[in-house]
Amino acid sequence: MMNGNGEEFPKKLQLYSFSTSSPSFSVRIALNLKGLDYEYKAVNLFKGEQHRPEFLKINPIGFIPALMDGDMVLADSFAIILYLEEKYPQHPLLPCDLAKRAINYQKYIGDNVGLEEKVPWVHKHVGKGFTALEKLLKDHAGKYATGDEIFLADVLLAPYIVGYLQRYNFDMSEYPLLSRLAEAYKQVPAIQDAMPEKQPDFPIN
Amino acid sequence: MTTAGAEELPKKLQLYSFFMSSSSFRVRIALNLKGLDYEYKAINLFKREQHSPEFLKINPIGYVPALVDGDLVLADSFAIILYLEEKYPQHPLLPHDLEKRAINYQAANIISSSIQPLISLPILQYIGENVGPDANIPWIQKHVGKGFAALEKLLKGHAGKYATGDEIFLADLFLAPQIIGLTQRFNYDMTEFPLLSRLSEAYMQVPAIQDAMPDKQPDFPNN
Repeated sequence: MMNGNGEEFPKKLQLYSFSTSSPSFSVRIALNLKGLDYEYKAVNLFKGEQHRPEFLKINPIGFIPALMDGDMVLADSFAIILYLEEKYPQHPLLPCDLAKRAINYQKYIGDNVGLEEKVPWVHKHVGKGFTALEKLLKDHAGKYATGDEIFLADVLLAPYIVGYLQRYNFDMSEYPLLSRLAEAYKQVPAIQDAMPEKQPDFPIN
Repeated sequence: MTTAGAEELPKKLQLYSFFMSSSSFRVRIALNLKGLDYEYKAINLFKREQHSPEFLKINPIGYVPALVDGDLVLADSFAIILYLEEKYPQHPLLPHDLEKRAINYQAANIISSSIQPLISLPILQYIGENVGPDANIPWIQKHVGKGFAALEKLLKGHAGKYATGDEIFLADLFLAPQIIGLTQRFNYDMTEFPLLSRLSEAYMQVPAIQDAMPDKQPDFPNN
């Protein structure tokens, strides 16, 4: 969208994101599902760019992902997604039913598998998290984690199981439900478009 | 509620809790603020009772705290509190204003994702066993320090009597147990965090928080 001088209007929403960061991935999925246009502002976590003065000036907390909506800056993927849900109600990310909402709120879904993967005992911990998820979602899953529509639980979960399971040598046969969900997520355009490889800052090597 | 010769009706809400657990503490505060009666079901994490078949039968995930409300079993303090907020709207735990709500979500998450899990018991045990018995203190200093510094910045423009205004909201439910737990168990030095220190003193005056303290719970040793 251009003004009279041919300059592009700044997009109202700006997302500070790192291509391969799972929480950034979750927020990208939420923005895509809601059809929200945003400016992608890459912050390279490996190079410590989240500590740069330019970024800290905008977001003193220094965390990624961070969303800028007009004057407001908000970090933390869970907080950002709940904020988006409340401000932009299209394509609701939470079901109407209270009990089903509660299942979606169980954000340890993302937390428990989001730890630093390099440490072997964490790898074991992540396996336990996946096992817990298999149990948690067993009675609730439909086409997606908590039914036949994509909700918050899927937005938080997808980054961790799309590719993650294979990348870190998990035996897929131990996680039949998560494997099935991973296949379903791969078919969703909003998730496809949010994949690390599709982001402007994905390393080309 | 009883009638003569009859057994007491089971309370509708049951909370599986450990007196020392800061995440259990959060939920206890929420239940108290909303005036919700509940049955306290103690799960001793030191004795690994969360792995007992009886508990796993009710809550296959095995996490504490867990809330039972009729047929619904729900774990994770954040999820439990949001569920209580939606089902029992008295004494709202979130402000109306969207931005202030967002600050509450963010503060709660800084505690529950960036601070508490890094200083949980299994982690501290691992460090104590694998790095050294004195390694815990610098570890806690570092991670709590980062998280508290972030909170000081986040809440600076928003705090009133409490974290995000003059009423107790979600952020306070997460802050109070964390600060109280750290100062009581680890004698954590709060001088670098003037806002959090001030909040901590305010929290000690709140009956709902007082009643939720670890030493007031049925499973506190010697209670």
